[in-house]
Amino acid sequence: MSIFVNKETRLLVQGITGREGQFHTQQCIAYGTQVVAGVTPGKGGQKMDAVPVFNTVKAAAAATGANCSMIFVPPPFAADAIMEAADAGMETIVAITEGIPVMDMMKVKNYLKGKASRLIGPNCPGIITPGECKIGIMPGPIHKPGGPIGVVSRSGTLTYEVVHQLTMQGIGQTTCLGIGGDPVNGTNFIDCLEAFEKDGETEGIVMVGEIGGTAEEEAADFIEKTLTKPVVGFIAGLTAPPGRRMGHAGAIISGKSGTAQGKLAAMKKSGIHICENLGTLGELCAKVF
Amino acid sequence: MKIHEYQAKELFRKYGVPVPEGRVAFDADEAVAAAEALGGYPVVVKAQIHAGGRGKGGGVKLAGSAQETRSVADEIIGMQLVTHQTGPQGREVKKILVEQGLNIAKELYLSIIPDRATAMMVIMASEAGGMDIETVAEETPEKIIKVYVDPLAGINPYHCREAAFGLNLPASVIKPFNQMLVKLYKMAVDYDCSLVEINPLVITAEETIIALDAKVNIDDNALFRHKDVLEYRDLNEEDPLEIEASKYNLNYINLDGNVGNMVNGAGLAMATMDIIKLAGAEPANFLDVGGGASAEMVENGFRIILSDENVKGILINIFGGILRCDVLAEGVVQAARKTGINVPVVVRMEGTNVEEGRRILAESGLNLTTAVDLKEAAQKVAELVS
Repeated sequence: MSIFVNKETRLLVQGITGREGQFHTQQCIAYGTQVVAGVTPGKGGQKMDAVPVFNTVKAAAAATGANCSMIFVPPPFAADAIMEAADAGMETIVAITEGIPVMDMMKVKNYLKGKASRLIGPNCPGIITPGECKIGIMPGPIHKPGGPIGVVSRSGTLTYEVVHQLTMQGIGQTTCLGIGGDPVNGTNFIDCLEAFEKDGETEGIVMVGEIGGTAEEEAADFIEKTLTKPVVGFIAGLTAPPGRRMGHAGAIISGKSGTAQGKLAAMKKSGIHICENLGTLGELCAKVF
Repeated sequence: MKIHEYQAKELFRKYGVPVPEGRVAFDADEAVAAAEALGGYPVVVKAQIHAGGRGKGGGVKLAGSAQETRSVADEIIGMQLVTHQTGPQGREVKKILVEQGLNIAKELYLSIIPDRATAMMVIMASEAGGMDIETVAEETPEKIIKVYVDPLAGINPYHCREAAFGLNLPASVIKPFNQMLVKLYKMAVDYDCSLVEINPLVITAEETIIALDAKVNIDDNALFRHKDVLEYRDLNEEDPLEIEASKYNLNYINLDGNVGNMVNGAGLAMATMDIIKLAGAEPANFLDVGGGASAEMVENGFRIILSDENVKGILINIFGGILRCDVLAEGVVQAARKTGINVPVVVRMEGTNVEEGRRILAESGLNLTTAVDLKEAAQKVAELVS
């Protein structure tokens, strides 16, 4: 079992003919993902390797039965691409693009309300169900198929570090996903926690947060009230100075809000197993799970 | 991106949001000329730096005559203005804004920000104007009105009424306030503002509404569609090393510690800073070389880290995904040969092409310390700088 994506997922890639889109599509195919279509406006009728390219998402979906889209469209056009995917009925939309204006994402988020599409990201590494499908830019080989742990994170390479440590301890993963480093994103921690709770194969969860916003505090509250499975939590940015954007658009301490200390306190209170030192996360997980 | 008060007021004027008459001056002569041109005293002389709390730090003064304008301008231009946002070293004042004085009847607070939790624009208003809004939020949160606006539907008259009646405005200023708020909202959206703040927004004795102060931040991710705003960038307000890094698309922030570090990915970079601290040292910077870094970017990153004199050791932590370990290793070797690295360097690599990367480093003949995992890497670098 897994959450959101599995071996049945039929993927199309928006921005498939760009440098990044092309490279990562090839990597996804090599991992075993069913990539059924690509979309690049003006390049309909061409092929990227063996993958047929279409001008619009609707045309691609109609011809191939794609139900999930991965987006590599540059920031100025990414919001448009996400809304196009939603209108074409994509069940899951994974937006990799970094650098989308906040105003665009606020409009997208409100546009998606009441629609069936689930947006993951933007500014995220994507989602992988190890051994079944990889939709994103993460290195496949560091993952260990079969579960029983789910991983959800706001970061990219930090997620790889976490997954790597789990694998080194012999702990496999059900699904690992990045929800993105932007202030406004689609799927949030709570959505993922809820899905992992329902997933029969997932026995525990690693949640990786960082400074900025209140998503971790809200997740902690949800965990305390609802979750039965154990959660190991880590927060990056204890040494981050206030008022500075730490790489991710959403990673900023504003006044007294969004500090790592505040998040850790909320997570401790809710019974999450806190990892204080990233170097020991794998060992902690081996003890808890 | 932060801009100065006088620049924010230029944007306000463009949208018809009322602001006091004023001019920018770079020295005392210009300040006096500006004051005379305003046609009456008193005038207000305001330091232009990218930080709040200027009044408390002595960066905002009233002047009742030409002579007083000269002495106040002399005092403020060139001073190291220290506020709660500048840090103890303060910021040198290079220019001032000279504005007409107003007959203030009441001070209000008004801001518009994108609210990340709700994905709505939020208008915040308070009768407790002129005070630090975070203090108001903490001590008397009931004094802050919040009006949420769906960015797809935009601002409507009822949003304005909620704010205006919430502020207990006198009947005579409700209409001008509402008109001003609609214009301000339009500006906030048009210019992708991550913050528009007026503190204080003033009701004058003549019952007009005027933005006495103006603070505007613009979403860095949206600058591609605001070329006019790029001209507002003031390099005097930025750290020289951060300016240098921005030329190479490196995400660098200078900090006070002694362990330089270079990491791929923002989250992992923050976590690396944290683990340096846990090992007993202090991070000297944040540096995310990004997912698609080239050997050249790595080399520039090295050079920038080494230009910080406080750096006594460097930790490189790369989790190879898109950025392959062999590319990183080549960058490190190139940088070491060109810049002559004179501090100990600890390298920890994992992920794509890690074997090849380790081989390149080992065969380079450079004096590098390698570490197998993050914990060991942090301990080694902390020992080397202690």
